[in-house]
Amino acid sequence: MTVALFVEQLMNGVQFGVTLFLMSAGLTLVFGIMNMINLTHGTIYMAGAFVAATVAHATGSFLLGLVSGVSGAALLGLGLEAVILRRFYARSHLDQVLVTFGLILVFSDLFRMIWGPVALSMPMPQALSGFVAIFPGVDYPVYRLVILLAGLAVAVALYFLVSHSRAGMWVRAGSSDRQTAQALGVNVRLLFGGVFAVGSAFAGLAGVMAAPLTAVQIGMGDPVLILALVVTVVGGVGSIRGAFLAALMIGIIDTFGRVLLPAALGSMLIFILMAVILALRPRGLFVVHG
Amino acid sequence: MIIEKTATRNWLVGSLIAALTSLGAHAQSQSPIKIGFVSTLSGPSGVLGQEVSDGFKLALKKSNGLLGGRVVQVTYGDDKGAPDVGRQLVDKMVESDGVQIVTGFVFSNVLLAVSKPILDSGAFIISPVAGPSQLAGKQCHPHFFSVAWQNDTITESIAVEMAKQKVPNTYFMAPNYPGGRDQLAGLKRYYKGDITEVFTSFGQLDYSAEIAALRAKNPASVLFFYPGGMGINFVKQFAQAGLQSKIPLYTSANTIDQTALPAIGDAALGLSSSALWSEGFDNAASKEFTAEFEKEYKRVPSGFAATAYDAARILDATLTSIHGNIEDKKAFRTAMESAKFESVRGRFKFNSNHFPIQNFYLTKVEKNAKGEVVAAVKGLIDEDHTDAYVGECKMAAE
Repeated sequence: MTVALFVEQLMNGVQFGVTLFLMSAGLTLVFGIMNMINLTHGTIYMAGAFVAATVAHATGSFLLGLVSGVSGAALLGLGLEAVILRRFYARSHLDQVLVTFGLILVFSDLFRMIWGPVALSMPMPQALSGFVAIFPGVDYPVYRLVILLAGLAVAVALYFLVSHSRAGMWVRAGSSDRQTAQALGVNVRLLFGGVFAVGSAFAGLAGVMAAPLTAVQIGMGDPVLILALVVTVVGGVGSIRGAFLAALMIGIIDTFGRVLLPAALGSMLIFILMAVILALRPRGLFVVHG
Repeated sequence: MIIEKTATRNWLVGSLIAALTSLGAHAQSQSPIKIGFVSTLSGPSGVLGQEVSDGFKLALKKSNGLLGGRVVQVTYGDDKGAPDVGRQLVDKMVESDGVQIVTGFVFSNVLLAVSKPILDSGAFIISPVAGPSQLAGKQCHPHFFSVAWQNDTITESIAVEMAKQKVPNTYFMAPNYPGGRDQLAGLKRYYKGDITEVFTSFGQLDYSAEIAALRAKNPASVLFFYPGGMGINFVKQFAQAGLQSKIPLYTSANTIDQTALPAIGDAALGLSSSALWSEGFDNAASKEFTAEFEKEYKRVPSGFAATAYDAARILDATLTSIHGNIEDKKAFRTAMESAKFESVRGRFKFNSNHFPIQNFYLTKVEKNAKGEVVAAVKGLIDEDHTDAYVGECKMAAE
């Protein structure tokens, strides 16, 4: 492998990693703070992509598509939390898995009824469809570079929000010890709703950014959801920092595994990694709960 | 009391039988033909089952809901692409509904899981898509017919074309599952240039790493077999990596069709594919089918809809020729074997293993006058192509 190819694959890995991070950020917070396993996260990712593709198609503007996709996803998350999921915080994980899995099926068919069975396309914004030479002779697509940078920017912003703001303090408090935080006067209901909306907006953003690269179709969120769950578990439930590092690690390892190893082994690699990490550190890389 | 009831019922049944017998063959033709339609209608591949059922329903509508002049009663079932789900549906259809024909199958793994109980019950299978090698070879059966293709032939045909074009080497990419491995076998059967084999995991969304490795290798051509959403993703990302105009892209028949082209858009332009049917076909049956399908469903049909349409058309033609009498299984089978009908593909005939002998054509993705991205026909690849397994089939008499 030449240096140029190595750098290109590394960038592919980081780009994949930041997308995974956007998905896992919401998942790990919801899991960590509300102790809620939310499988509808993949549906919200899909909703972001569908809304964005539809709006971008109708208006011809990628930016409008982006805004409506992200806000649509956040609204869907808020709505789901308020109407259904809120009732399941105190229930067992099995109940949560059942209800959110059921919701995946309901929304898949609902989307099929609205948008039909054929996949949609979301055009790439003209300004971002070019290439930049990262090495002589190696052109990297501008759009993927933008995803990479946007993902990193969101990660940095989230870091400051969680570590250096009052809301972030509540989130951290809720994440490490729910009951005490509640006893100290944190409005948990509002906090939960807010975390759900922000997490959903991130999932929606991941969906919108993936839309020009992939098919916008029913079930597009499922494989991403599985990887995001792996990231959440490996990073340590409730830890944003853990999710970020685990997402980058999984993105890079998966990318190199796919091109360097035989197909069967390459696709197993991240799950082997998960098994090893969980064997050594059963609660993930970063333990949040005391 | 109970005895009395039974007696009354026996009397009723008896007189009914008497009435039916006195009416004879005429009465029989009045009872509906029972068809089981098991297809993949939901999940990521649900679009394929939708195409198959839309094509089948369109043909039924064309013959006023009749096949061979008899009313048909179709029971639809969604196998979700899972063999166990298909098996449950089929068991019910065979045991309680008493279906006489089962059709609809998209995936070979589902078909293989259900073929035995169906064939054992004496019912017929008319496959509109799935064509596994087992049923074309050693396990061929007098009651099994494939109206579509044997799976390997969809890549064999493009391999014939690539050999004809003297493409010096190719970079073969497919998902890592039996269907993908079969396509490699099909490629090697007819293409003798250098082949780089790359298998990726099934359902993969992002191919950036594979495409970077591909570009570093700089092959003379790329041949991929990515059905469904995988194909959409791969073709888009191949173009986005700036390779669309640099490396010629080939794919197997029915891989990138109208279930994918609208979602890929301009990124698919220039893609070469083999096809047993494409929306650009010029014969009368095809033009009629395409026009009616677009009128009914407001979209351009895919090859899946076309073969399903053919499946219903061939059933209608065959049953008409035997006056709708499907109860005479031997007559039905013989009539199927030599069926004459207007296929949207033009010429059509069954081989001795009940798989089609058919022409494959070269298509290239272009924009048509309406601005739609379509696969335009560019010539004949192979005339009367037969599958590689027909020699292994010893067809039983009945």
